[in-house]
Amino acid sequence: MSAVIASSGESHHAGPQVQERGQRAVFCGLTSIIWLHRRIQDAFFLVVGSRTCAHLIQSAAGVMIFAEPRFATAILGERDLAGMADCHEELDRVVSELIARRSGINRLFLVGSCPSEVIKLDLETAAAKLQAKHENKVRISSFSGSGIETTFTQGEDQCLKSTVAELPTLEAGKENLIVLGTVSDIVEDQFRRLFDELGITDVHFYPGRKAGDMPPIGPGTRLIAAQPFVGETARALIARGAVLIEAPFPLGAEGSKSWFEAIAEAYSRPDDLVQHVLELPYQRAKRAVSSHRSKLEGKRIHFLPDSQLEIPMARFLSEECGLAINEIGTPFHDQLVMRGELSRLAPEVPIVEGQDLDPALERVRESRPDLTVCGMGIANALESEGLRTKWSIELVFSPVQGFDQAGDLASLFAKPLVRESILEVGSWS
Amino acid sequence: MELTLWTYEGPPHVGAIRVAASMRDVHLMLHSPQGDTYADLLFTMIERDGRRPPVTYTTFQARDLGSSTAEIVINSLREAAERYKPQVLMVADSCTAELIQDQPGALALGADLPVPVISLEMAAYTRKENWGAAETFYQLVRGLLSRNAPAPGTQRPSRDPAVRPSVNLLGPTKLGFRCRDDVVEVERLLNSMGVDVNVVAPLGASPHDLLLIPNADANVNLCPEVSDLTCSWLARTFGMPTIKTIPMGWGATRDFIAEVAATLEIEVNMDQVGASRLPWYSRSIDSTYLTGKRVFVFADGSHAVAAARVARDEMGFEVVGIGTYSRERARDVRAAAKEYGLEALITDNYLEVEARVQELQPEMVLGTQMERHIAKRLGIPCAVISTPAHVQDYPARYSPQMGFEGANVLFDTWVHPLIMGLEEHLLHMFRDDFEFNDSVGPSHLGSEGEGARAAKAGNAQDAETDGTIVWAFEAEKELKKIPFFVRGKARRNTEKFAEEQGLLTIEVDTLYDAKAHFSN
Repeated sequence: MSAVIASSGESHHAGPQVQERGQRAVFCGLTSIIWLHRRIQDAFFLVVGSRTCAHLIQSAAGVMIFAEPRFATAILGERDLAGMADCHEELDRVVSELIARRSGINRLFLVGSCPSEVIKLDLETAAAKLQAKHENKVRISSFSGSGIETTFTQGEDQCLKSTVAELPTLEAGKENLIVLGTVSDIVEDQFRRLFDELGITDVHFYPGRKAGDMPPIGPGTRLIAAQPFVGETARALIARGAVLIEAPFPLGAEGSKSWFEAIAEAYSRPDDLVQHVLELPYQRAKRAVSSHRSKLEGKRIHFLPDSQLEIPMARFLSEECGLAINEIGTPFHDQLVMRGELSRLAPEVPIVEGQDLDPALERVRESRPDLTVCGMGIANALESEGLRTKWSIELVFSPVQGFDQAGDLASLFAKPLVRESILEVGSWS
Repeated sequence: MELTLWTYEGPPHVGAIRVAASMRDVHLMLHSPQGDTYADLLFTMIERDGRRPPVTYTTFQARDLGSSTAEIVINSLREAAERYKPQVLMVADSCTAELIQDQPGALALGADLPVPVISLEMAAYTRKENWGAAETFYQLVRGLLSRNAPAPGTQRPSRDPAVRPSVNLLGPTKLGFRCRDDVVEVERLLNSMGVDVNVVAPLGASPHDLLLIPNADANVNLCPEVSDLTCSWLARTFGMPTIKTIPMGWGATRDFIAEVAATLEIEVNMDQVGASRLPWYSRSIDSTYLTGKRVFVFADGSHAVAAARVARDEMGFEVVGIGTYSRERARDVRAAAKEYGLEALITDNYLEVEARVQELQPEMVLGTQMERHIAKRLGIPCAVISTPAHVQDYPARYSPQMGFEGANVLFDTWVHPLIMGLEEHLLHMFRDDFEFNDSVGPSHLGSEGEGARAAKAGNAQDAETDGTIVWAFEAEKELKKIPFFVRGKARRNTEKFAEEQGLLTIEVDTLYDAKAHFSN
């Protein structure tokens, strides 16, 4: 088991940075399946785990939208654990059942969980065996979304990393760009239009809309992260020759502009063309953000650890909306993809990596920030104490990247504050 | 290994959290990885609880395995005891922790904690949420009360007639179905009979309150999914009688009153205890249209059995299917099914339930959140009567399911998704008016109710031609004269009839032959 929860590398943040170890209040990596299965529309995610895993995904997704979702759980029973049933045979049976049921599926991910990791169920070997059986019908592989190894968005990193070895090699002398990390379809379309205008061609979004969208990779590949939780995959791509473009994340007008500029610079696009292409969407984004700025300016915000989006969100809010940052809690701080962010963050902002829930909540209660960004399990508890919150899962589920989502992003944070100013219903609690 | 898409119940430790979250001054230390903390949002989001459940999770990671997980358990226990100062500290494993066998219960007992410890065995790989809640409640009650038990064979002293009789309400929990309001309603009902409520538990009780349980004259087994085990232990150990009728619906509420009176040996004038509008609403002529509506019931055991009785005896529906996801309650539901001449569907596989609904083509579904989705997909009206339920089933308003007010609520809730009698009549009358748009559906349902769905289903059916059976022009025209909300059904029935008769073309006469064939 890899210790991906622990970060490594020297820090690029000038200010106070501490690691906390204690009780955590975050989802496990299985939660990533909720957006991954929406993004990769011909993939199916089969969690090999317990009833808890099934219940977690269904509860975190909030509602059941589909009659038959493109994810399921193979629930381990006592017979499997006691060795009365052979887990590989059982998995074989379950997968055959599934493939027979869902003919449109081109890719099947076996997803490891806490129980499957603890009993050392070798899903990689299982996937290889199943692949041989279902050759030419469906591509089968595995990754771990277990909570003992991954936190929330790290599930996506593990999923993507597991497919890097399958990527075809980019022909020598050719160039391409990989945009790494799930973005929604609408964001992809907007980005593609801008890449076209910048004259940057052969752009691949990874993961793509189809499981078969496998970008070729090699020394001619440039790599840019669209999400902060793809560090392991980025390392694997770099190992195959890709060159990482350092940039802040495309959040807000400034973040998006810097992101595109960094890419354009890597492609040596002429500066006047770049400024010409980006000017219109940049100004539009600034206008959209500015309409929310008055509600946010001067307010203090506190991030509890959740999605790894905390650092770029804090940068956007302080840089473009005038918020003061109380504390940035983040479950895992990957320096590799965060370099472009840290230099833009005020040096005195404390970054707390990891979590110790009760003391962390005490700090929130003591400093009473105007807004606390936190998980759904905590938000109402803080609200009932008279504190305003923004539940962080929405930042992962909604399209927030790029120029034309900058206003929406600001409004996600402004809404709880606006709501407080509107309501005349007495005590919040 | 079992392939599962959606689950009706969570794992057993979620049942333990439900008990802990329902009570005051208890704390649960759950040995579990970080992902298990999702359980918090069930309470804070679905039930809109203003506090996190009183749970400390150890959230051990891969790097802790094999070396320091036991140490994490002990630290978590100490911190939880120190920080929350509970009257009782419960200790349990979640599914993953069960595999690493740290035995946190034994560690807790050896840790010399300044608080009584109740150790729970949650059997994550064989059991489910309701069992976990029942087991937790039982272990808690037994752990606190067993030393107060009288010697076996001791006769329970008979009740002092000068003292007002009292009962305990056992079983209601957080995330139960309308437990908050049912407790209020049943307490009101009991008070109007001259009966006090001694302890309500787990909901709102402290461990200290649990110690007072034996002071009551009897226990009301209000949510048998949670309280069966505890009630039978209290009956065995303290000789406390159990009141088993669940007062859901008008008839069951009266049966409940009678059982309470008989158990406590008190005189009660049934008609003075309270009344419901349900009997009159059901008898009023507007309700004629409810007659024989085909209803499919699927829920936890107690709600399925109670709802089927209300559906048939108090609403005049026909129960065409009944089932439960709860294997622990299978026997009760099978027995009830027999009364309706049915075979109960006992499954926690959502796809099997969907297949059964599809096959039975009921006119209404009474089910859980899962059946709400099934019904929505199939265009069938539905009311939610049981857990698992979603946020809209934890309403702001007072909305009990039990007692006389509960019966009123059931009538309203079940009738609402249907097209009301008078409105059905008016739809008939104005159907041919050029200014009337019959695809809009009944006004009280917006775009969500039976009418809109039936219209959509009907249109979909209209567009669909099977290929083997052809509708003659005149027959098709005749079909269009049938109100939209039964048109789809008429089409299906006629085609089914034609197929059975081996007809290739449906004439006007076939339509009416089929109508005669299917009317009974």
